[in-house]
Amino acid sequence: MTPSLRRWVFLAAAAGFVAFYLWGLLGLPGFGKYPGPYGFVLNRIAVSQTKATGVVSAVNFDYRGFDTLGEEFILLTAAAGVSIVLRRLRGERERSAVDEAVDRDVPATSSAVRMLALLFTGPVVVVGWWLASHAQTSPSGGFQGGVFLATAFILVYLSGEFLVFKRFSPVDLTDVVEAVGAGGFAAIGVSAVAMGLPYLYNFLPLGTTPGAVSSSGTIVLISFFVGLEVAAAFILIVGELLEQTLLIRRRSG
Amino acid sequence: MIAAVSTPFTVPAGLMDALQITVLVLVAVGATAVVLIRAHVRQVLALSVYGVLLAVLFLVFQAPDVTLSELAVGAVILPIVFLLTLAKIRKREE
Repeated sequence: MTPSLRRWVFLAAAAGFVAFYLWGLLGLPGFGKYPGPYGFVLNRIAVSQTKATGVVSAVNFDYRGFDTLGEEFILLTAAAGVSIVLRRLRGERERSAVDEAVDRDVPATSSAVRMLALLFTGPVVVVGWWLASHAQTSPSGGFQGGVFLATAFILVYLSGEFLVFKRFSPVDLTDVVEAVGAGGFAAIGVSAVAMGLPYLYNFLPLGTTPGAVSSSGTIVLISFFVGLEVAAAFILIVGELLEQTLLIRRRSG
Repeated sequence: MIAAVSTPFTVPAGLMDALQITVLVLVAVGATAVVLIRAHVRQVLALSVYGVLLAVLFLVFQAPDVTLSELAVGAVILPIVFLLTLAKIRKREE
């Protein structure tokens, strides 16, 4: 293809894209004007029906729980894929996590980074755990909580070193936690079926006070399992990348 | 429709509009900056700042749950994944 022909193909495609884009923009509802009935219906019934004041969590883990299950397994598959792709290959050697070079000093982590990371680790764990285990209220959510928990481990890496990160998150343990998280979600769904109810039906007692710790039935439980799964998946992914960057070398000679 | 509830924390409507417009403009500027910066490490740092801006945007538009996700994924995990990848590639080039 000659450059000038290529340019014409691009211009035609770009013109088509711009035309459709503008057409799409014109069809959008006005700013802040929500057209659909679904949100209004949920706003009306969700709190009394699920006893969760965190309606977002009620949607994620109850009304659309099946979608969330799929999303959770996407993350599980992604983490498994990263583990497989980033394994040590033939022709690569794994060196020790200690810097072997004798001719230079190991760059020290600055005290400022160490200090901030240490300061934040505790609060981040608390916030993450709280988010994952309090899905009945808002803001909350297993995904958010899980990612926060994983962030705490990254802070451990930043404040200490890779060895400490590894000691806090051995791959065997992380694997098990991830499996328990993903399996727990699916098992709650199957339990409902075993009772003769639809898959992922909210079969636990909902409680009486909306937003109370004991309220919202399976929503809280599913969110907690999602939190475990997400935290473990992200720790695995980041751990694999750290290992790949810090430990695995191409075998030289 | 949901009736507007007035609390001691209620912000005047005009002020909220101004805040939303300001953050929208900041997000547009941030996104453009991420695209235009060519030095990789700087680009990743810009991406992290952009993640924080997006989180603020979601907060200003009253989606605290999404804010939390964006804060952790967009501002922390994604930049770390990029930084580690860049470090790995750089080592290979040496």
